[in-house]
Amino acid sequence: MRKDEFLLMLQKRLEGLPKDEIEERLTFYSEMIDDRMEEGVNEEDAVSMVGDVDEIVAEIVAVTPISKIAKERSKPQRRLKAFEIVLIVLGSPIWLSVLIASISVIFSIYVSLWAVIISLWAIFVSFIALGSGGLLAMSFQFVNGNTISGIAMLGASMVLLGLSIFTYYCCKAASRGIIALTRVSFNSLKRCFIRKKEV
Amino acid sequence: MDTQLKRGLLDICVLAAIKDGESYGYKIIKDIKPYISLSESTLYTILKRLELAKMLTVKTAEHDGRLRKYYKITAEGLDRIEEFKEEWMEILSIYRFVTKEGKNDAQG
Repeated sequence: MRKDEFLLMLQKRLEGLPKDEIEERLTFYSEMIDDRMEEGVNEEDAVSMVGDVDEIVAEIVAVTPISKIAKERSKPQRRLKAFEIVLIVLGSPIWLSVLIASISVIFSIYVSLWAVIISLWAIFVSFIALGSGGLLAMSFQFVNGNTISGIAMLGASMVLLGLSIFTYYCCKAASRGIIALTRVSFNSLKRCFIRKKEV
Repeated sequence: MDTQLKRGLLDICVLAAIKDGESYGYKIIKDIKPYISLSESTLYTILKRLELAKMLTVKTAEHDGRLRKYYKITAEGLDRIEEFKEEWMEILSIYRFVTKEGKNDAQG
């Protein structure tokens, strides 16, 4: 790829970021390519040494705060005409409620995912509590001479404590999964704002 | 290497690359390369962060008919390097502590 092709591609892919930031990034990569070419590297190689456009974009998306992207996206590209403003205002009972509803649906799905995690942890805690309670009850049974019930209690407690170890790993994996999911969806949310022009 | 540790080290490496005089992006990458790998995008983020933290200043100057950005370390940046050296001495003593036991075992 030639240098100007690379820069143009990068510029297109970064649309959605603030203009001055795109400009600064492009100047930076352009300087890097020029410096390599000055050392005798040919243009194509110099471009490929700077890195893959996809990787660069992914890295920029990851370090750019979502507020910055949202702010840039909400700036109107041109001045709105009077009838458009009237339409937006008149339509607000419809689009505003749809918007609020969709945000609440997404939010509640997310909350319920966490509710599942919390209840999994609650199961874990109750296994531990029941297991240790059982051990306590067992000692009472032995003291009172009920050996058979005591042994039964001991068995039940062991099973519960064993299950608690098992659920601990399940809970941990599930929590990690949700955290990873949050990160991935956040990054893809950012990406769909940045790549709007290509779609 | 642990990513958190690498992140902290990269900041110091970039400061070290400009501590003896101003430098530019590609030269910084070349100077650091033998010690730690660093991509262009990462360098950009680090330079931005160090500039915001006032550890370096940036100026644009003409070079060979085009513009090039030069980075110069500030007093704060030099302080950060000194701070790092002190921190590292602490880490070294921890390292000695960690490795001491193994040595004794080997000697029986």
